[in-house]
Formats: sequence, structure tokens, C-alpha cells
Amino acid sequence: MREQTAALSEVKIQSKISEQETLLNPTSVLVETKDLSVHYGTNLALDQVNIQVREKTVMALIGPSGCGKSTCLRTLNRMNDMIPGIKISGRVEIHGLDIYAPNVNAVNLRRVVGMVFQKQNPFPKSIFDNVAYGPRLNGLKNRQQLAEIVEVSLTRAALWDEVKDRLDKSAMALSGGQQQRLCIARCLAVNPEIILMDEPCSALDPIATAKIEELIYQLKKDFTIIIVTHNMQQAARVSDDTAFFYMGKLIEVDETRKIFMSPSNKQTEEYITGRFG
Amino acid sequence: MNTVLQFNSMTEKKINWSETLLTGLTLFFTVVPFLTVILILIQVLVQGLPAISWTFLSAAPRDGMMHGGIFPCIFGTVFVTLIMIVMALPMGIGAGIYLVEYAGQGPIVRVIRAAVNNLAGVPSIVFGLFGVGFFILFVGRSIDTVLKTGLLFGQPCMLWAAATLAVLVLPIIIVSTEEALNAVPQSHRQASLALGATKWETILNVVLPQARGGILTGAILSISRGVGETAPILFTGAAYFLPHLPAADLFGVIPMVNPASQFMSLSYHIFVMATQSIDPVKTLPIQYGTTLVLIALTFLMNFTAIGFRIHFRRQQEKFSH
Repeated sequence: MREQTAALSEVKIQSKISEQETLLNPTSVLVETKDLSVHYGTNLALDQVNIQVREKTVMALIGPSGCGKSTCLRTLNRMNDMIPGIKISGRVEIHGLDIYAPNVNAVNLRRVVGMVFQKQNPFPKSIFDNVAYGPRLNGLKNRQQLAEIVEVSLTRAALWDEVKDRLDKSAMALSGGQQQRLCIARCLAVNPEIILMDEPCSALDPIATAKIEELIYQLKKDFTIIIVTHNMQQAARVSDDTAFFYMGKLIEVDETRKIFMSPSNKQTEEYITGRFG
Repeated sequence: MNTVLQFNSMTEKKINWSETLLTGLTLFFTVVPFLTVILILIQVLVQGLPAISWTFLSAAPRDGMMHGGIFPCIFGTVFVTLIMIVMALPMGIGAGIYLVEYAGQGPIVRVIRAAVNNLAGVPSIVFGLFGVGFFILFVGRSIDTVLKTGLLFGQPCMLWAAATLAVLVLPIIIVSTEEALNAVPQSHRQASLALGATKWETILNVVLPQARGGILTGAILSISRGVGETAPILFTGAAYFLPHLPAADLFGVIPMVNPASQFMSLSYHIFVMATQSIDPVKTLPIQYGTTLVLIALTFLMNFTAIGFRIHFRRQQEKFSH
């Protein structure tokens, strides 16, 4: 009897591992940068970066401050475009389409590539209006449909149960962690394919952080997520692949467990083990 | 020994004269302007109140402006200010939006900013002369030539007076709009853009709702300024005496203000009564009465606008904590 249970649990573990294996198996590449370089004026911020992000996986970008990971993230939805003096060269492809091609509209691109910011930034509007902001931009006016999108988005962002009774109340009254999940819901409401997260937990306490990490794990089923984080453990917990940046260069990119168990580059190893950074 | 001395000097209670003097001086400088305002108000109230009556408020001047009321002046001031704000507000807000949201920090923009700030320091009589030269003689006469309307636009009238006042208050509105827009957190703009909003959608849906209160403050200040100015309207449309209201019936039926007509104005009326009337001493009650009405009108407009601002702020506050 006892043996049976042991055997069963072993099978379970086995299947879990194989499930992980399939997750880790290369699926189709959704986002790809080719020799992506970014200059701020004469300052080289990103030097010929080549990354491939697979569909419905989480890619973590790690590295010390000023290493270019945030710059890299922001080129993916062209949020860097507005910075004066910026020069971007190389290609960023989503579904094989160069998003810096002249015929690509950055506004439409950002409906496909959503973004969650470092500091939670809900609008000083009601919770409902925050989530409905994106759909309304797209011309949706029907209150019934909006309400549906708001509910689905908030549910997906694991916030619905906490706010369903006060949708018309100010978003600013929510706690920091709730605000960040609201920002995620707001992002989900425009139904993007890719979600960029720029240190989404850096302003949150450990419990709120855990909730967001759990959420990222859930969202991975439907979205491709690229997350910048300062927190090694977070990268190890949530991501499938990890890219390590240093001084504007991509030092190493690989499956997260490889990066953390046996990095092939010495700098990566030193950073991960906390010897610098 | 030494430490004991230091301790003694610490406990010593000595009046620091220079400190006391400076504190007193700053207090004095604070009280002076306050008292000045109070004194002016008391003076105007005491001298002006007896002159106020229903006739004074509702009738036109008569008997060589020695008697009668000042209704045409009230009418003129209110409407010239309204036309002014209708002209200046969109332009000022537009310019403020451009400077903050679109212009960036190039050399041309810096020149424009400097020009706007300098405009605020130009003496108002210069605006008056500019109004004559630009609006009446250039724009007005050109319109007359093109439309073959004879001499209709090319002469002083309410429209050009309002336009001149609008130029005068433009810097106030631009600067306060800029300040209000700059106070909106950059992160809100970024959030909106990241959701696929265009720049204009972001301004309309996120930035302007938060900046409303500040922009309105600019409008309040400019109204206060516009109501009281005399020099800019002196040559551009204010009339010494006008027996009829600057009104006309549109298509012969709909009564409306006629911006092509000259008008009487409170501030100019005070000036006229004090310097050009038959007997400036006998008209003193009229002068005080008119002043009181002008001040009351300014306050009324201010308080209305302040009411709006409080309303907006409450609305905003509901969602900002």
C-alpha cells in the first residue's frame, strides 16, 4: 500500500517534470531582436542584442542598474521613440514583422504589446474607468460589453473579488499591490499578445509581490511575458528563459534553470551568485 | 573652566536685536499690502454705497453724464470680457498644450517661451496701440477692403477691444496652462500611451481632466485682469458716451450683442468721469459708485470661476486618494 502511494507520487512527479519539459521545449518564436542597438545621443545603451522570446513563455531580463535591460524592454513596444536624441538600429520582429518598419504604427503596436510599469500608475479615475480605458480608446461604448471586459480582465488579474463591490470608487484608494494588479488588468483589457513588465514588484511588499508572481505564472498560459527584474529569486521563480545584460551587452541568454544552475559565462555566474551588481 | 563658560552663555537669555528687528520688518511688509487693500475697499464701500440704487444700475447716463446710471458700462464690460475670454482661452490653452506636450526643448521653443513671458511685462497702453495698428488698421481695414463693406470693421469696436484684451491676457493663460499640464505625472501619460492611445487621446482623456483646475485658475486671473484694464480698450472700442446698448437684432428678431459697435466700459467710465467730465468733483459719487460696481463685478466673476475650480477639484479628489 505504502509502496503504491510512493510509486504514484513518483509518477506524478515524473509527469510534472515532463510537463515542465514540454513547456521548456522550443515553441514558436514570437519576439526576436536582431543586432538591436540603442544610442542615447552618443551614449551606447544597448549593443547588438539578439534575443528570441518564445510564445507563451516568460522571459526575464536581469542585470545590474544601467545595463540596458529596461531600454531593451522599452524598444519592444516603441516606448523609447519619444526620448529626444535616441537612435535605434537593428531589427525587432514580432511574428516576423519588423516593428520599426516605416509602415508600422506605434499606436497599434502598443495594443498588441502591453506594458506594466515599475511604479503602479493607475489613472485618478474609478476602477471601472481605469480598466475600460483601453477598450474605450478602441471605440467601444456599449456599457454591457465594457462591463464584461472589465470583469474578465479584473478576474484574470486576480483582483475581481477584492474590488467587484466598488468598481465606481477611485483606483487611488487601492493598496499598492492592488493598484499594480489593476494596472495589469488595464493592460489585459486591450487583449495584447505580449506583456512587458518593467520591475513590476519593485515598489511592493513581499506578499503583494508573491501575488503578482503567482499572477504571472497564470498569465503565461495566454500571454507572452517579458519581465525586467532586479530580484534574482523572482527571475528564477517566474521565468522560463533568462537574459543577462551587462554594460549594454547581452552576456548570456538561455533557459532559466541553465542560467541559474550552470551559467556558461563567468560574469553571469558572478552576478547571479551576488558577487557584483 | 571653558566648558562652564560655554554652558553659562547657553543659558544666558539675551534679546537678539537684529533678529527681532528683521522679524518685525518682514511682518510690517506683510501687513502693509493687506492694510492697503482693506483701506481701499473701505473707502470705496463708504463712498460708493450711497450712490448705488436701482436706477444707477439699470439706467443710462443722462444730463451730460452728471446724472443717471451706468448700465451701458456694466453691459459693455461684461460682454467685452466674455468675448475676450472666448477668444483667449482656446488660444492660450492650445499654446500651452503645444509648448508642454509637443514642442520639446529646442532653441525656437525657448525663444517662444521667452516671448510669452515678456508679453506679460509689456505695458497695457502698448497693447492698446498695437490693437489700433494691428486689429483696426491692418486686419479690420483689410477685411473691409476684401468684403467691400465700406468702413465697418476698420474702426474701433467691441470685437477689436476684446481681441486686444485677449492678447493682453494670453500670457497669463498660457503660463498657467503650462504649469497645470506639467503638474500631471509623466507616468499617467506613459500608461495611456502604452495602452495604445495616441498622443492627442492621452492629452484629452488623461492630461486635461487633471489639469482643468489649474487652467481655470489662469482663466480666473485673466478675467480679473481683463475686466479692469482701461488702456487697451481706450483706442480700440470704448466709447465716451453711447446712449444705446451695443446690441442688435440678428435677422431683425434675435437680440444679441453687436461686436461691431462701440461700447461703454466701467473702467473707462471712471477715467472719463474723473478727468473729462464737466465737473469732476460733482461726479465723485458716480465715480465711487462705478468703482464699487467694477470691483463687485470682478469679485463676482472671480467667485464664479473659483466655484467651478472647487467643483473640479472635488471631482478630482474623489479619485485621487
